[in-house]
Amino acid sequence: MIELRDLTKTFQTEGGPVRVLKGISLTVQKSEVFGVIGRSGAGKSTLVRCINLLERPTSGQVIVAGQEITALRGRALRQARHSIGMIFQHFNLLSSRTALENVALALELAGRSRRAARAAAAPLLELVGLADKRGRYPAELSGGEKQRVGIARALASEPAVLLCDEATSALDPETTQSILALLRDINRKLGLTVVLITHEMQVIKEICDRVAVLEHGEIAEMGPVFDVFTAPTAEVTRRFVRDLVDRELPANLVARLNARPELGGNPVLRIVFRGPSAHSPVVAEVVRQFGILLNILQATVDYIQGAPYGNVIVEAIGGEQDVARAIDFIRGKDLKVEVLGHVAGDARAVA
Amino acid sequence: MSPAMLGLLLDAFLETLVMVGISSALSAVLGLPLGVVLVATSPGHIRENAIVNRVLGAVVNAGRSTPFIILLVAIIPFTRLVVGTSIGTAAAVVPLTIAAIPFVARLAEAALREVDPGLIEAAQSMGATPLQIVLKVLVPEALPGLVAAITITVVTLIGYSAMAGAVGGGGLGDLGIRYGYQRFLPEVMLAVVIVLIALVQVVQSVGDRLARRLNKRLLRSQQPSA
Ligand SMILES: Nc1ncnc2c1ncn2[C@@H]1O[C@H](COP(=O)(O)OP(=O)(O)O)[C@@H](O)[C@H]1O
Ligand SMILES: [Mg+2]
Repeated sequence: MIELRDLTKTFQTEGGPVRVLKGISLTVQKSEVFGVIGRSGAGKSTLVRCINLLERPTSGQVIVAGQEITALRGRALRQARHSIGMIFQHFNLLSSRTALENVALALELAGRSRRAARAAAAPLLELVGLADKRGRYPAELSGGEKQRVGIARALASEPAVLLCDEATSALDPETTQSILALLRDINRKLGLTVVLITHEMQVIKEICDRVAVLEHGEIAEMGPVFDVFTAPTAEVTRRFVRDLVDRELPANLVARLNARPELGGNPVLRIVFRGPSAHSPVVAEVVRQFGILLNILQATVDYIQGAPYGNVIVEAIGGEQDVARAIDFIRGKDLKVEVLGHVAGDARAVA
Repeated sequence: MSPAMLGLLLDAFLETLVMVGISSALSAVLGLPLGVVLVATSPGHIRENAIVNRVLGAVVNAGRSTPFIILLVAIIPFTRLVVGTSIGTAAAVVPLTIAAIPFVARLAEAALREVDPGLIEAAQSMGATPLQIVLKVLVPEALPGLVAAITITVVTLIGYSAMAGAVGGGGLGDLGIRYGYQRFLPEVMLAVVIVLIALVQVVQSVGDRLARRLNKRLLRSQQPSA
């Protein structure tokens, strides 16, 4: 549905040229929710703005629904933009128009009369659950409601593609959830292809099918969300995943953890289960076979795209040799083990 | 004040209203589009055009830096060409309008520049033409600011019209000079000043109210009622 071929973008600034995109190639399938994650300044916004040519790429091609967008100018480009909807971090609603009129704007711009546009806008507000707020001005709406209006407006011209640039970054976690659910719903109902830009792994994990990790204007890693999330290969991705998982680490553990094994203490392990092994009783086996104790500090099982993904953090108590052999055994089970650090053995373990 | 004097005052007041009314309307009609062009052709805007922008900018600056009293005299030939005479209320409308156009243009430019670039971008992403962006985004979003700009222009024109009156344009300024100053009737001068002050007050408060009412960025509870 969307194909980017060796896209580059260089900005000419007073301090010289700045290369923001350095050869991006990717394909987004029809009806897919495709995520692009990266840290601030990685070039995410520039990338997404190149798709509808709000920013003209320096070189490379953008092809949407079989049409080469980069070859279009003027009227033909504006026509093509009707089939590419976009929503924004700060909603970008007209303060002088009510919710209904904001949605109608998209239709007026496509050439409909004011009256026809308003009539056609009403069902869209209904679709995003705002039928009762049609007469409200943006100043009278919450952030989540504003983004719903933005979504309705973007859908008004019946686009094949929806571009979302940090669409939930200005919203609180709960509202973020509801907007993501709405996007997912629309994606399923309308078969809409969605490109979603974010700096939050949580958002990607929630609704994306595939993800590209952008760093310094290049794709560091790309693939199905489950794979990228559970077996990250690039350092940036690892950091994103770590951020997400570590946010859930108990604070008292983080405070006690030290990264230097020579200080002694028991190793703290993170065992990551994915796929079929998520269901096997590995912990119990290890305890029995190697005579060590695994003190479970935290355990979570997440479902990413319906597949289980377990994260268990344990304090391994036992002889150094035994623990090392236990780690090897777990790795042999195709699970991932990572030593997070060491904690001073507490009184119970010493005794 | 004698009834005759009151009659003169009323006539002068009406002349002022006509002068200010017509020149305000004309300068708005001509100055607002000029303001739009100044914004739209500026760097990075919807119709960037350095040459047009610089030439218009220079003309506007020239217009704004010419003292009104000099403009008044300097364009007498042009005034004659347009209205057939250089004396009287109709003749005064010409220099007033010419002086106000660049004034309106700059104020409108400032108001239009305040519109969030994100809105322009959103409209572009929806396939809007530059003209659609002007008519459906820039002007409606800047409307409170544009109303404020017109209000300031009207108030300024009330002051200028008194000057135009002094060179034969009629109106309150003319009355004040001829009767209040030259014939030394201080009560006429006072009456003229009071009427001018009241007029400015009314214009300003109506303009402020309208601008606030049009500003949907405020919650309804913060807007003036009725
Ligand atoms: N119009 C521009 N001119 C110059 N530099 C720009 C422009 N737009 C973006 N950049 C630069 O490009 C880099 C990437 O920006 P952006 O795409 O907004 O990143 P992200 O959305 O990932 O935070 C930043 O360093 C930014 O300063
Ligand atoms: Mg960005």
